[in-house]
Amino acid sequence: ISPAQSAALGHVLQFTNCRLLRGGTLLREDLWVREGRVLDPEKLFFDERRLADKQKDCGGCILAPGFIDVQINAAGGFGVDFSQATEDVGSGVALVARKILSHGVTAFCPTLVTSPPEVYHKVLPQIPVKRGGPHGAGVIGVHLEGPFISRQKRGAHPEAYVRSFEANAFHDVLATYGSLDNVCILTLAPELGRSHEVIQELTARGIRVSLGHSVADLRTAEDAMQSGATFITHLFNAMLPFHHRDPGIVGLLTSDQVPPGRHIFYGMIADGIHTNPAALRIAHRAHPQGLVLVTDAIPALGLGNGRHTLGQQVVEVDGLSAYVAGTKTLCGSIAPMDVCVRHFLQTTGCSVESALESASLHPAQLLGLEKHKGTLDFGADADFVVLDDALHVQATYISGELVWQAEMARQ
Amino acid sequence: MRLVILDNYDLASEWAAKYICNRIIQFKPGQDRYFTLGLPTGSTPLGCYKKLIEYHKNGDLSFKYVKTFNMDEYVGLPRNHPESYHSYMWNNFFKHIDIDPNNAHILDGNAADLQAECDAFEKKIKEAGGIDLFVGEGIGPDGHIAFNEPGSSLVSRTRLKTLAMDTILANAKYFDGDLSKVPTMALTVGVGTVMDAREVMILITGAHKAFALYKAIEEGVNHMWTVSAFQQHPRTIFVCDEDATLELRVKTVKYFKGLMHVHNKLVDPLYSMKEGD
Repeated sequence: ISPAQSAALGHVLQFTNCRLLRGGTLLREDLWVREGRVLDPEKLFFDERRLADKQKDCGGCILAPGFIDVQINAAGGFGVDFSQATEDVGSGVALVARKILSHGVTAFCPTLVTSPPEVYHKVLPQIPVKRGGPHGAGVIGVHLEGPFISRQKRGAHPEAYVRSFEANAFHDVLATYGSLDNVCILTLAPELGRSHEVIQELTARGIRVSLGHSVADLRTAEDAMQSGATFITHLFNAMLPFHHRDPGIVGLLTSDQVPPGRHIFYGMIADGIHTNPAALRIAHRAHPQGLVLVTDAIPALGLGNGRHTLGQQVVEVDGLSAYVAGTKTLCGSIAPMDVCVRHFLQTTGCSVESALESASLHPAQLLGLEKHKGTLDFGADADFVVLDDALHVQATYISGELVWQAEMARQ
Repeated sequence: MRLVILDNYDLASEWAAKYICNRIIQFKPGQDRYFTLGLPTGSTPLGCYKKLIEYHKNGDLSFKYVKTFNMDEYVGLPRNHPESYHSYMWNNFFKHIDIDPNNAHILDGNAADLQAECDAFEKKIKEAGGIDLFVGEGIGPDGHIAFNEPGSSLVSRTRLKTLAMDTILANAKYFDGDLSKVPTMALTVGVGTVMDAREVMILITGAHKAFALYKAIEEGVNHMWTVSAFQQHPRTIFVCDEDATLELRVKTVKYFKGLMHVHNKLVDPLYSMKEGD
């Protein structure tokens, strides 16, 4: 390959003096980037006989794949609520996308809680899949959490809009949402009649089906998994508790009915409030490979104590907790992703690599994106987060471009 | 010959690295004046490479004006195979230093015309003005230099060689112990090619090399122990650890150990490319 051909391939950036998360370990390696992708420097050296055009010293920091949040409600806060049928959902999503960069999140799934069909019809077309960049984290697709859930386990979701698809199965689904074009995850309760048809149809369309807000027993949950379900929405919350003669959905973590070559993924809100640390540890030890850290952040994120709206509900924020106003029902969290990662690390005593993979690689694997996201392997998108040893975000990069930087780092 | 004997592997690696460092710096390489280095692979030189990288990272040594020529490469192994010598050199040396990729020469074991590749390599060496210091290693239990197996002509040039069973067995450990996976042919510089270098330094460490070392320096020049050819080179240094000398005569070892104060002047003081040094 000639020098001219090599130059045409683009500018080469080399991030030095860092530790990369690659292959499950932190390696003392440089990160090479070209045209927004991670580059193989050995090929560059021998094929193109070329060095980097520019080097950046990372001060000994950790470089991890950018975090991916697959459950972040209505804008994850900052006063934006996706579930309100507003004219300008687009700018709400954009605001959130920009804000979460400072938490190390480079891609996310805006989540819509149980809402009336009018809201879905209006809002869904306004949240298209979008690449990340300096404007904000990338939108991978929408996570529809409801309305096909258990009335009993609706949590903070408004009862009036909970429904079933017994009558017309998938037709009901389409009628409710309008279009599934921008959807990548759908949470439903598998005990609802005709759920198998729905799960199969959704899976065939490439949508990840998640079990949650449900009173399903283990058998029902396993059947759902065989039909195609691959995720559990916020494990432990809004489902039957583990029982030793019927572990319910929680039992999927150690089920022997998992189809070969696959394993179940499960979301955990590691904010120190939604799950007792001991329960978090039990889940992690039972099935560490499936753990996906999610924020399940709500519109109140970043707005401080007091009352705010979530979907059709009013919520009360106090510190790191958020409850349905006037009740003890938790409704979403307000801990940002990097706080969750640190809390998870500290609570489980797991390795740094494991904590980081739970927020990056595992969600990417859940979504089938692990070739390009959630990894720093050659050829992957250069979406990464620069962290100090205590896992505080120093800087965030998308496609090799700096999109956020901590004040201290700027100085 | 200089026989430099250090107590252990680490000290031997360090002595060798210091020597290379000093040679490069004293040469005062620059834009029109490149220092040419012949380089080995294998487990023996790893310690030496680590030290050189250390000197580079400390700012004491730059490879900007150094040209390198590796001794050999397997035939038929994909270049990015973890056991290829390209991979070895990238991971253990090149990626840690500032050498210009255009100046790092390694034989291409996947070339369409292998002999032409070898001839081109010889030509590149000539065009670079010959090799200032050829670092060789290992020598294997059969005393070979590069892949010049027993029976190789002592005036041989860069060419294709079929590997001896000894060598294939020794290499099996790098290929999951599966003999069928080990390459059977390689391109290698010839004994004559290395003899052309202005200076030669051979690293020999470990008791399993002791007999080969004995054959190489205490017996005659013999194509069955190709490393013995360097008895006829005007400037050869053998850098060893104690274990490698186990088959030598006590008299030989005592003599050269007695010269260590002279040898050490070659590495002490250790020069640096930093300003004001």
